[in-house]
Amino acid sequence: MAVETEAHAEEHATSLGIDNRKLAIWAFLGSECMFFGALIATYLLFHTHLNNGPGPRDVYNIPFTSVSSFVLLMSSLTMVLALAAIQKGDERGLRVWLLATAFLGMTFISGQVYEFTEFFKEGLTLKTSPFGSAFFMLTGFHGAHVTIGILMLLSLFQLSRMGKVPPSDSLKVELVGLYWHFVDVVWIVIFTVVYLIPAAKK
Amino acid sequence: MSEAVTPPVEHAHPGPAEYIKVAVFLAVVTGIEVGIYYLKGARSVLAPALILLSIVKFSMVGLYFMHLKFDTHLFRRVFILGIVLALIVYAVALVTLLNYH
Repeated sequence: MAVETEAHAEEHATSLGIDNRKLAIWAFLGSECMFFGALIATYLLFHTHLNNGPGPRDVYNIPFTSVSSFVLLMSSLTMVLALAAIQKGDERGLRVWLLATAFLGMTFISGQVYEFTEFFKEGLTLKTSPFGSAFFMLTGFHGAHVTIGILMLLSLFQLSRMGKVPPSDSLKVELVGLYWHFVDVVWIVIFTVVYLIPAAKK
Repeated sequence: MSEAVTPPVEHAHPGPAEYIKVAVFLAVVTGIEVGIYYLKGARSVLAPALILLSIVKFSMVGLYFMHLKFDTHLFRRVFILGIVLALIVYAVALVTLLNYH
């Protein structure tokens, strides 16, 4: 078993002495920064173009979004606790924290669905104005990333149940964790730049 | 001729107690952000203060939860490169649109 693990690690080693899967996820996250950077830039440039439709101050519900932000932030804690559990050899702990993270992610997505529905009722759609287009594109893509993250968490949970995530292969959990923390840091920026600052402007 | 490569320096990751401390700190900072938003007299400093707090939260998640503080510096460089390129995208878009209008 130990020989198999060593062979597995060597298979993924780079000439830099770093596991190529970890290097790949960081390169991917770097490219994702550019992706979300473009969407945030678009939002910042167009959030004042309202076409007589509702603006940020008319539709945003800051207390509600603050709770959603808190939920996503805490999901980063449960994710990192899942990693700590598997690194200590606690496979049951891993599964508990993975499920907790997926649950918090689903809570966040449910909140986003509710928020979008309220915005539609208030007359803000993708086609209403450049503000509407930029807002839904940015938050919609973020929501899609969270949804993919939830699927990854549930897949990891199932793999763990099948005994395919042993403590010696905790890197699998770390890679999914890095992706999950990334969607969290993107939301940290979105919460400030997209919600709090424009909603506070008079 | 192959050269010997020195493995990158990595430090041990923190434990659950440290993670919980970081999470409490992040929750408090989020509370401060929302509090600042509701302060009626703080409109002039609102944007800089919120951006500063956002950078603090971003850094704490990156350094502790994503282990950038403990892993090899190469990962930090790759990630920061992405952020810098994203800022360039924004600057170019801003300049282009300002000239257009």
